[in-house]
Amino acid sequence: MPHDVEKHSHSLLPSDPELKVKALETALVKRGLIDPAALDEIIDTYQNKIGPKNGATIIAKALLDKNFKKALIDDPMQILEKHGFLGRQGEHIKVVENTPEIHNIVVCTLCSCYPWPLLGIPPTWYKSDEYRSRVVREPRKCLSEFGVTLPKNTKVRVWDSTAEIRYLVLPILPDKYKDFDEEHLSEIISRDAMIGTALIGDPS
Amino acid sequence: MGGRYGDGAIQPASINDKNFKEKWHSRALAVTLATGSLKQWNLDMSRHARECLPPKDYCAFSYYDKWISALANLLVNKGVISADEFLDPIRKTHPLSSRKLLAADVAGVLSKGAPTSRSVDSPPKFLVGQRVKTRRAVNKFISGGHTRLPKYVEKCEGKIEIYHGAHVFPDTHAHNLGEQPEHLYTVSFLASELWESPENPSDTLCVDIWESYLEPMNVP
Repeated sequence: MPHDVEKHSHSLLPSDPELKVKALETALVKRGLIDPAALDEIIDTYQNKIGPKNGATIIAKALLDKNFKKALIDDPMQILEKHGFLGRQGEHIKVVENTPEIHNIVVCTLCSCYPWPLLGIPPTWYKSDEYRSRVVREPRKCLSEFGVTLPKNTKVRVWDSTAEIRYLVLPILPDKYKDFDEEHLSEIISRDAMIGTALIGDPS
Repeated sequence: MGGRYGDGAIQPASINDKNFKEKWHSRALAVTLATGSLKQWNLDMSRHARECLPPKDYCAFSYYDKWISALANLLVNKGVISADEFLDPIRKTHPLSSRKLLAADVAGVLSKGAPTSRSVDSPPKFLVGQRVKTRRAVNKFISGGHTRLPKYVEKCEGKIEIYHGAHVFPDTHAHNLGEQPEHLYTVSFLASELWESPENPSDTLCVDIWESYLEPMNVP
């Protein structure tokens, strides 16, 4: 692990993380360095305004409209800007399409990079050591833990988000959902399907 | 930690759990994002600060605990506040308080983000489809410093899959040595190149790699 010689002042804070963040917040508020109202606003944004619904909206559209899909794959940023889905950790988005030949899965082994403006707060499992360490080496076994089994001749392609490019999976649309309209389809496209650890309609 | 052995099974969550698991997680996130507006560090510095936690803490701390512990260290190491203030906060306006993130500006800051693409004069060295080999996963500027080349792909052969233009180089940016943008590529590696006994040798790993992490393959 890369390591500069620096002071580890964090050990002076209470070890209980709840008290730790409280102590830090108090110290910063007293110096006028943070505004509690701004903190509430940030939390409200990620709790109520940004979530997997954003990603599902554009993925549903792409699954039903070939031209839109092509445009989304060729130049995603222009489309995301139109939908108002730009933001931190989504500055450079790339959409990767699942096909019968290739199944895509996204991870960040170095930290836990994630397309926040499209999927919201990353789930605990995405940030876990178990997922980050194992999915690059044994993706099929990991998928089975999500209840997903791929056809034998489908190759797995794992995307490790080591730079600032954030990947979003365009899942396969099963035949039984082909008549769904955009809105209904977007409701069954799960967050996990856009990370690659679920399929559309997967009840996991 | 990519490829590491010994970790147990993944615990998938309910598909719809979008809220923060604990209330303090949301405070930790908000404090971390809000202090970014003080402009005393960049994204790569804060990632590096998390990696600089003592290994025993890094392994034991949960995700947001790493964030706030690293933030505490950054605040002290950059001279913003003193460690004494953690235990005994003082009410005194800080010179940086004029940069404080205000509630009214949150939406703008979050939706703006901070793109890392840059333009550079030199053309990219590698073409899509070209065979390349990675160098060792070490920071060439600072011994023990920050790098974004994962250990499990060091000294491995792969193929240029996508060219992303030039991006800020984390190895320098994390150490206050400037952005020094470099061409960035997605390189694909066959599972059989990376692992002793892959699940399927023709599965692939795609990793985003800066140009100086790569060397060309000798064409036979």
